[in-house]
Amino acid sequence: MTRARRVWTFALALILVAAVWELYKVIGPENGGTVFGWAILPRANDTAMPHVWEMFSRYGQPENRASDTPILVVVLEGAWFTFRIALAGLALGTAVGLGLAVLMARYKAVERGLLPYLVLSQTVPLIALAPLVVSWGGKLHVGAFEWPRWLSAAVLGAFLAFFPVAVGTLKGLTSTPSASVELMDSYAASWRQTLFKLRFPAALPYIVPALKLAATASVVGVVVAEISTGLAGGIGRLIIEYAREATSDPAKVFTAVFGAAALGLVMAGIVALVDLVGMRNRSREATE
Amino acid sequence: MTRSRRRLFGLIWPPVVFGVAFLAIWETAVNVFDFQPYFLPAPSAIWDAFRSNTALIWEATKVSGLNALIGLVLGTAIGVGMAFLLARFRLADDLMSPLAVALNAVPIFVLVAVFNNMYPVTSEVPRRLMATLVVYFIVLINVARGLREVGSVYLDLMRSYAASDVTVLRKVRVPHAVPYLFTALKIAAPASVITAFVSEYFGGLQNGLGSRIVSNIALSNNAEAWAYVLGACLLGLAFFLTAAVLERVATPGGVGARERDRA
Amino acid sequence: MSEDGAADGRANAVEVRGLAKVFNAGRPDAVEALVDIDLIIAPGEFVSLIGPSGCGKSTQLRLIANLTEPTTGEVRVNGKPARTARLDQDYGMAFQQAGLFEWRSVAKNVELPLELKGWDRAKRRQRALEMLELVKLPEFAGHFPWQLSGGMQQRVAIARALAAHPPLLLMDEPFGALDEMTREHMQTELLRICGETSTTVVFVTHSIPEAVFLSTRVVVMSPRPGRITDVVEVELGPRRGVDTREAEAFFTKVTEVREALRGIQPAGIEPDIEQVVDEP
Repeated sequence: MTRARRVWTFALALILVAAVWELYKVIGPENGGTVFGWAILPRANDTAMPHVWEMFSRYGQPENRASDTPILVVVLEGAWFTFRIALAGLALGTAVGLGLAVLMARYKAVERGLLPYLVLSQTVPLIALAPLVVSWGGKLHVGAFEWPRWLSAAVLGAFLAFFPVAVGTLKGLTSTPSASVELMDSYAASWRQTLFKLRFPAALPYIVPALKLAATASVVGVVVAEISTGLAGGIGRLIIEYAREATSDPAKVFTAVFGAAALGLVMAGIVALVDLVGMRNRSREATE
Repeated sequence: MTRSRRRLFGLIWPPVVFGVAFLAIWETAVNVFDFQPYFLPAPSAIWDAFRSNTALIWEATKVSGLNALIGLVLGTAIGVGMAFLLARFRLADDLMSPLAVALNAVPIFVLVAVFNNMYPVTSEVPRRLMATLVVYFIVLINVARGLREVGSVYLDLMRSYAASDVTVLRKVRVPHAVPYLFTALKIAAPASVITAFVSEYFGGLQNGLGSRIVSNIALSNNAEAWAYVLGACLLGLAFFLTAAVLERVATPGGVGARERDRA
Repeated sequence: MSEDGAADGRANAVEVRGLAKVFNAGRPDAVEALVDIDLIIAPGEFVSLIGPSGCGKSTQLRLIANLTEPTTGEVRVNGKPARTARLDQDYGMAFQQAGLFEWRSVAKNVELPLELKGWDRAKRRQRALEMLELVKLPEFAGHFPWQLSGGMQQRVAIARALAAHPPLLLMDEPFGALDEMTREHMQTELLRICGETSTTVVFVTHSIPEAVFLSTRVVVMSPRPGRITDVVEVELGPRRGVDTREAEAFFTKVTEVREALRGIQPAGIEPDIEQVVDEP
């Protein structure tokens, strides 16, 4: 599919989702219903399910009676706050992941000792630690440095991002064609030279997809950190706050939800750019 | 020792050594540096909290586990069904695929906030619906890829047999897609567990692992909170191992040296 | 080779008349792959198509197999239009990649065409084992493709192609990925197998010795656009073995084919080993 067509069909798909939403509002039970005895049908009234156009018009209205700024601004600020933390988390996680991967590639003992835990970590919900890490904020002091709460969110983002980067980079570093490694040996190249001139460039096709995963993971980590303890300033907090007001202002929570979605897409877009720039001279294999 | 047993031993002792060393360092660091419990309790303290709260942890695990399981089963069933539809109808594929890929990058679990509003406060549905949705997209993307990306030599071969599309689906695409399904399950199983307890942070019923962790922190019972985290990790591990075992059982001898690493 | 069939009245195995194939016709990137092809192949013949890259030999084979349709001209197989022959399963095909199903055992891979024809389980299993005997791999029936070497996988692919005993076998550089020694061995085996089953074979290759060793006729093709420039009769007799490759007559024929190929290359350039470009 050409890029234009993909954009078209994506827009069409979104419109269809909106259409299904509105259709359910028309035919669905006002106060929820049952299917074969299970109460799985949602309430179709305007408080539980606001109209799609209400969700969008809400952006133009102010956040609450006390302020004048349209909620769009508030949501964007929240998203920007979260975005910066997620980016910091991604950077940190990538740095640590790359470093650890190099260590594991260099020392087989380290690889054999750590890799099982890395693989395990992708199956174990370490995100459960989120509330604990965030609770360090405001309580932890190292000398004069007081641990800010947002740093916890970044650390969590870094934590989740680090695993795919480490695993993917290790795979890439150890998949260098042996013929090329032997060539470097014939030049009496040091391990460091081989690392930077051969192994890393050869590993890029593995690192970039890992970065895509890491970017999403970082956003997830930061948002979970925010919502599990209501970290002020971020989009997660806004979602929680607005959700509490859902009975009086049903469309409000959607503004923040869409903001979070936009945040994820922007993050993905940035990594896609890195992908484009970093891999521009290589043959394109089907990666999707 | 036989060769394979020696290999197995060689694979096991480094991580065990690392793990034990890690725990030992943690334990001594807490004592030597006098870490505050709100920062990092000692492993021994966590283990004690786990032992004394096992019944409660088990209750919370059952709740989150059930939500995750429902999400996993339903999400997989609907995901596989939809993948077949996408393989069959080009239009459906054109519509669904870009949407699925885009949603992959987005923290969709925030939709629970919306679901909580659509159902009564005591409803089980929002958490389960969220888990189902998360699993659905993972399974859909992977299985659809498996059905679609069959090498051209196989399609040429089937065309030379004048095989119908349905026959190609049955005999080539479906078997080809089976490893992709299990790759998806190994990702979706832990994801379902995570979604199950993260969903609780948005409100609604508060009887699972997520809310227990948060409430214990609020009460400054950090060791207990860590114990619940341990419970969550064990649950996630159990789900993943089940998926891995299912994979082993369902692909006897045929997988061999093939690598499947897909997101 | 009579126009209307072999001496005993059977239909020609393959009849190609006035064949032309243009890819992306009408568009700026149109490619004339084949032009003005006429070829008659009688039952029992072993015909090789040889030529440099871009001469359209693989396209020609795919047209006979009805994996693609001609732009002009007609292709008849076993006395029927190519499409009917495909629907009737009148031929078996082997590709450069063995194309075995990784999830099926070797025996079940050979059974595939028989399954599709609706044979019952016992008959299928018996025929599969027969074919594996034929290609000298009976003890690997329960193994899986990844456990076999490239040459062995190709032998299984050939067993599969012949499983339903089709009168015609189409092969697109099946030995291209094998080393020289395995290749020579496979060539001898192929002749033995086809001799025992009296199969007509159309064989695409870029190896001159391979073409000469295997064939009763070698069809030489030239590129841009692809056409037949020469046909070399190979009278080395029906029983060919290891000694054949050392015979005077063999070398003479190889030279003859090489000359025919050289005639279409710019002076001083040997017909080279081409990369097979995947044609659309």
